[in-house]
Amino acid sequence: MKETIVSIATALSSSGIGIIRISGEEAVEIADRIFRKPNGKKLSEVSSHTVHYGHIVDEDGTVVDEVIVILMKAPHSFTKEDVVEIDCHGGIFLLKQVLNLCVKAGARLAEPGEFTKRAFLNGRIDLSEAEAVMDLISSSNEAARRNSIGQLSGRLHRKIISLREKLIYEIAFIESAIDDPEHYDTGDFINRLTDVVDSCEKELKKLLLSFENGKYLVSGINCTIVGKPNVGKSSFMNLLLGEDRAIVTAVAGTTRDTLEETISLDGITLHLVDTAGIHETEDEVEKIGVKRAKESIERAELVFFVLDSSDKISAEDLELTPLLSSKKVIVLLNKSDLNLGGTTEEDVEKAFSGRIENMRILSFSAKTSQGLTELTDVIKDLFYHGELNADEELYLTSIRHKTLVENADMALLHVKESLQMNMPEDFYAIDLMQCYSSLGEIIGEEVDDDLVDEIFSKFCMGK
Amino acid sequence: MKENNSDLQYHIADSVDVCVIGAGHAGCEAALACARLGFSTVMFTVSVESIALMPCNPNIGGTSKGHLVRELDALGGEMGRNIDKTFLQSKMLNVSKGPAVHSLRAQADKMEYSKAMRKTLENQENLTIKQGEVCRILTKEDADGKKTVCGVVIGTGMVYECRAAIICSGTYLNARCLCGESITYTGPNGLMAATHLTAELQKDGIELRRFKTGTPARMDKRTVDFSKMEEQVGDTPIVPFSFSTNPDDIQKEQVSCYLTYTNERTHEIIRANLDRSPIYAGIIEGTGPRYCPSIEDKVVKFADKERHQVFIEPEGLYTNEVYIGGMSSSLPEDVQLAMYRTVPGLENCKIVRNAYAIEYDCLAPGQLKPSLEIKQVENLFSAGQFNGSSGYEEAAAQGLIAGINAANKLKGKEPLILQRSDAYIGVLIDDLVTKDNREPYRMMTSRAEYRLILRQDNADLRLRKFGYEAGLVSEEVYQQTLEKQRMIDEEVERLKTTFVGGSKAVTEILAKRESAPLKTAASIADLMCRQELDYEFLKELDPERPELPKDVVEQVCINIKYEGYIARQLQQVKSFKKNENHLIPEDLDYDDVPSLRLEARQKLKQFKPISIGQASRISGVSPADISVLLIFLSSRK
Repeated sequence: MKETIVSIATALSSSGIGIIRISGEEAVEIADRIFRKPNGKKLSEVSSHTVHYGHIVDEDGTVVDEVIVILMKAPHSFTKEDVVEIDCHGGIFLLKQVLNLCVKAGARLAEPGEFTKRAFLNGRIDLSEAEAVMDLISSSNEAARRNSIGQLSGRLHRKIISLREKLIYEIAFIESAIDDPEHYDTGDFINRLTDVVDSCEKELKKLLLSFENGKYLVSGINCTIVGKPNVGKSSFMNLLLGEDRAIVTAVAGTTRDTLEETISLDGITLHLVDTAGIHETEDEVEKIGVKRAKESIERAELVFFVLDSSDKISAEDLELTPLLSSKKVIVLLNKSDLNLGGTTEEDVEKAFSGRIENMRILSFSAKTSQGLTELTDVIKDLFYHGELNADEELYLTSIRHKTLVENADMALLHVKESLQMNMPEDFYAIDLMQCYSSLGEIIGEEVDDDLVDEIFSKFCMGK
Repeated sequence: MKENNSDLQYHIADSVDVCVIGAGHAGCEAALACARLGFSTVMFTVSVESIALMPCNPNIGGTSKGHLVRELDALGGEMGRNIDKTFLQSKMLNVSKGPAVHSLRAQADKMEYSKAMRKTLENQENLTIKQGEVCRILTKEDADGKKTVCGVVIGTGMVYECRAAIICSGTYLNARCLCGESITYTGPNGLMAATHLTAELQKDGIELRRFKTGTPARMDKRTVDFSKMEEQVGDTPIVPFSFSTNPDDIQKEQVSCYLTYTNERTHEIIRANLDRSPIYAGIIEGTGPRYCPSIEDKVVKFADKERHQVFIEPEGLYTNEVYIGGMSSSLPEDVQLAMYRTVPGLENCKIVRNAYAIEYDCLAPGQLKPSLEIKQVENLFSAGQFNGSSGYEEAAAQGLIAGINAANKLKGKEPLILQRSDAYIGVLIDDLVTKDNREPYRMMTSRAEYRLILRQDNADLRLRKFGYEAGLVSEEVYQQTLEKQRMIDEEVERLKTTFVGGSKAVTEILAKRESAPLKTAASIADLMCRQELDYEFLKELDPERPELPKDVVEQVCINIKYEGYIARQLQQVKSFKKNENHLIPEDLDYDDVPSLRLEARQKLKQFKPISIGQASRISGVSPADISVLLIFLSSRK
């Protein structure tokens, strides 16, 4: 059986619309794991060549994106396999997140040219195109190799190499002890190995964490701006945008829908969503806006909570806090230029502490640009552990690399389990090797004779 | 030594099915297999006294090599039975590790081993032994220019017509032995070298290269002081190599080995005389094995090691000679004597046979099919050191497979090709056929990626079927193996479906081993997975348990205890087999495949892999090349 593959089928651009394509025997099954139709129907129950509206949800059932799904069953598809296409609208970051969910649901990331290859192998493309396909594969593989090497910064590359060196030494030791038990004794080896595994695991976890950071670096941070009507959310957005995009008036409720914009703030990409002021409303147009705003909070990674410093914190403001409890939130005290002394930073601290877990407070004036520098620092601190520039190179950015690091990490977990269960070394040697080869795939190295070479160069074997 | 044979007149001596060239461990297995499969066979040797000779270490088996012997035995080979008759000491290595790497090793009585094998050969129907150096292999060419073996010629001009031949020339082809400045043109142990065949093979387009190996000195036991060494005794009870040997028949008093060490003084002598070593002086042309380094190599490469182990092993009950394991050398004999005498216990030693390095011709890579047939000449097979391997067991394993496949070829049957997931033998042959090995190839457990299922304890269950299909395993033995498998499956199933609850009685029994009480019902199999519990102990909780043979119980325990790991490994095997079963047509012209990279095209043309899986293991062939190949193949359909 061929594995089911997935990839982003459209070129990555900031257009915000992208298609994810899944192909293979389990395509429908995998899509069903992450796609919810409003009527609860499964894709496996609907007929081929139909279009479906619904949502992509993550493991917790949280909605990730609103999508259109097209189902094409074998053999009437591009690859002649079952194909599911997901049209996403949420921009690059969400597109990657949906891709990630497909991988978690059991699909494998497609190699360059693999869809075309399958299309050919399954007889979808005729013979005259064979050569073109082969050229494509060899060139795209080459490009991918170069690209992946290019993606790897010197530091990440060196990090992976040093981890692999540590691992192969231990594996070679185990193998030497197995092949030449009279020369090498694994007596007190377990403690040393446990240390090595622990430290490697730590490094891998750090890399995985950096994926989150790297992801923000590449894809940007999804932000949403919330607050009561007419506290100045749109003028805050305009300030960031540097142009008069959102309509700013002094009448509450002028921003009827959400406005989306992407900006770069000192090298950090922010995807901004300005929401309608969240408050209960009877107005039909506003009702939709409010609903969207709530959704946009759910999928935001950073929430700007704008407050009017000339006003007291209201019950309405407090009602918003349950939505923000687990979010990264920057509370912006606006209109500080008026300096009317209605609400101070201490007041905010007092009112919200305990309600919002991860909160920073800034005084801010949309009119005089006061607070912009501090805002940049706070964002860096929240998302890049304050070391954006210093550690810039040690980020994992590709999902393929992340999957491989996860595989490596999983293999080490198996090793630890085996160590705890006192399993003999030849059992966990297999998982150590798995870890080693997963890391090798990241830097494009194959295993082959590494181990035998290491055994002979580091350990004195034989009669 | 090379006389001009041009005046020699040829006379037909005999007409047989198979000629086996060489009577070492590969030759013996090859000849026996062919004869047992009903083909008239002649086995040639330069000296009948050297049949099944062990010119280096006096043991059979060891890590991964023990696996080979057991596999060979399961397939119907002779080595396991022969060592069971002639061992002096037996040991299961790695017992503190997992069952997959347990490995049997026996010290052999060299003379007895050789005699016992010779007796078996001499009494084998369809088999004759002939002393003489094979100087030429005769071939006939068909209209397409394809060559096929039709006979061999020995030094006296006698011709043996045949339909297939198997080269098992070991280290004899153009052999030369080196000991310091002294160079002699002889085979191992001072035996006559074979000096004609190389040139004849080259005429048939077969490319050869030079490898090197070495052996340590033999000492007079009376000059060794064993009181300064650690005694190494054998195991009790003794586990036989052969599945057909009854363990009760081979329990006997064993002979000990002894362990001592080199020291700084030894290393000083070596360092001071390196310029007199033919390797470091650049006289040796052949490539030596890294796993079996000479003592001078160890001292140079691992300069920080203060000492190296030295094993003193008996050569046999017939002799006082002992083998100095760990100290092979090609230094001059005066240096050898001085260095050996620095080792505790060897202060007064006398050398019976000096250590030496030996160089010989063998097959360059890329010329073998997985059946062990040489690509250039139909029905010409080869096995053992000639194929670039090293070791008695590696040789024997190839000999058996080459023998079976020569017979299969004559019968018009498909060759027996064991996969990497079937057997260590499969790994061995695949590596020899696929890899561009730069040194004599030794089997190692780390080379077997699926070793959790390739255990020495289940070689019969894995391979009897292949031996039966080849015709070397009897119906009766095969049925016994099937019955054993049935009993194992039945008992595993029973243990998984026999449940015990958390009653007081159960808790009390578990408490004897400080095992936690059960909260819910658990199967006996579940309990067996607890570290502190085992099959034997759980008998009390399992009144329905049938009485089963020991080897069945062993398999049941391994299958249950390591189930998770075995399942993971089987999953790996499944994905591996996909590519193995995707065959590449033999007539594929790689020049017709567009978009292949130049290096890949050259390698593929050289190795001519039989499957996509094999192609992917050839160094220099990338995943992209494999994709291109796949597409091309499917477009040809």
